[in-house]
Amino acid sequence: MTSASPAKAAAELRPNFLARFFQGHAREVVFTLGRFYRNLGGALLTCFVIGITLALPAGLHCLVGNVNALGYSWETTLQASLFLKDKVTPEQGQELARRIRERPGVAETAYLSRAQSLEEFKALSGLGQALDLLESNPLPAVITVTPAKGIARPALDALVVALGQQPEVEVAKLDRRWLERLYGALALVQRLVLVIAGVLSLAVIVIVGNTIRLDIEAKRAEIEVMKLIGATNGFIRRPFLYTGLWYGLVGGGIAWLLVQGMVFALGGPAQSLAGLYGSGFRLQGLPLDATAVMFAAGVLLGWLGAWWTVSRRLREIEPR
Amino acid sequence: MADIIHFHRVSHRYEGTGDVLSDVTFTLAKGEMAFLTGPSGAGKSTLLKLVALLERPTRGQIVVNGQNLAGVRPGQIPAFRQQIGVVFQNFNLLYDRSVFDNVALPLVIRGIGHDDIGRRVRAALDAVGLLGKEKVPPITLSGGEQQRVGIARAIVAKPQLLLADEPTGNLDPEMAREVMQLFQRFNEVGVSVLVATHALGLIKKMPLRVIHLERGQLTTRQSPELMEKTVDFG
Repeated sequence: MTSASPAKAAAELRPNFLARFFQGHAREVVFTLGRFYRNLGGALLTCFVIGITLALPAGLHCLVGNVNALGYSWETTLQASLFLKDKVTPEQGQELARRIRERPGVAETAYLSRAQSLEEFKALSGLGQALDLLESNPLPAVITVTPAKGIARPALDALVVALGQQPEVEVAKLDRRWLERLYGALALVQRLVLVIAGVLSLAVIVIVGNTIRLDIEAKRAEIEVMKLIGATNGFIRRPFLYTGLWYGLVGGGIAWLLVQGMVFALGGPAQSLAGLYGSGFRLQGLPLDATAVMFAAGVLLGWLGAWWTVSRRLREIEPR
Repeated sequence: MADIIHFHRVSHRYEGTGDVLSDVTFTLAKGEMAFLTGPSGAGKSTLLKLVALLERPTRGQIVVNGQNLAGVRPGQIPAFRQQIGVVFQNFNLLYDRSVFDNVALPLVIRGIGHDDIGRRVRAALDAVGLLGKEKVPPITLSGGEQQRVGIARAIVAKPQLLLADEPTGNLDPEMAREVMQLFQRFNEVGVSVLVATHALGLIKKMPLRVIHLERGQLTTRQSPELMEKTVDFG
């Protein structure tokens, strides 16, 4: 265009795209943080609501993680029972018990012959003399295997399977039915946490969206002026997006504080309860990855809420 | 291509009204300054809105700076408006930021470098005689000073065309005269200027073309003496 010489001169003064991009965003960061600070009371109130909304699923997640960890710690105190085939002699059984003790992941083994099993059963079951009526001993010889402390669950599973494949072993059993049930229940709660997180994510978007909507209404005149002097929608949108982002970020920080506060408040009683059961269990805070996810969710949802609102509102505001 | 604004048989009506502008044809040459006069409701503001693409004409062709406005898509409007400086009757300043930030806004929108912004904002404020007031909030300034901030904002990005809608409407005569002289000064350095105004007493001392609108129709008067007669009709 021949007519655009002054515009062209202005274009030549412009830094390149990348420099413009960073300069523009750096300005908005400073500008929106400044506005956040000047309106600290109201802004923090919004952040607090977001914080509580994020803290609920995060706190639940934290609790589920702790109960899960507690389950693992119980698991290593379990013993696996290897029921041996009847043809295995007591010598072979003791030899097998000794070999198994050598395996990695095994802390201890104990061999119980068929006769010993019967004695034990008589003593424990209270059937006593009644069992004497049996013609032969129906009980198998047993090797009880105590896994090494701190063994991971998949390793333990693999160990039990491997032991079950020994030729002398009829069947290997880890008595963990109730633990499986606990894990099942935890998986359900974990899923529930996800569902709650999903619903509350929508809540965060709506909270931020509504706050930004009021913000936009208050700045209607300003937006009209900006449009009049040639500001693009992207330019007008940017400070609102950053504001939403700050809401989400600070909301994430508040949620983190709330969860850590909960862990701190429950930590003492939980530890003394665990002490009563002879366990050194300690309540753990939100793990690092979950913390990162929580903050990322806050930032993303704040941004999304702002974007959703601004995009709808900006079209309606046109200078007259 | 020698025209900065070209209207060809332009009519405009708002929904539910008659023609606010009817069959208006005129041109503003590059580097020219003209006044747009006429009684309230004659269509002055509408004409300016059409130039700045705040409204689209119902009929007719408008070419601004070589660009046929019918071909400007909504997404291109911001870039188009950046070629134009606009001054308003009510100043339209942003009162939550300083004078400097107000004037800097058009440069910020264009992504001008930080150092350049400082230099050019100060140059613009110097041109309107407000160099010492960079850091003050606009609300503390008098009406005349606020309007000069508005003018500095309009010219800071060196537009080719300056539009002003009743720029002196809220000012006392002394301030109004200063503002008009400012427009003239920018015109002398090559900016095309179109000023819609009621202030006939003020402009009759200025040897410039007057475009007179009467009920949406156009009468162009070259000399201020002739124009005075139209005041009697108005």
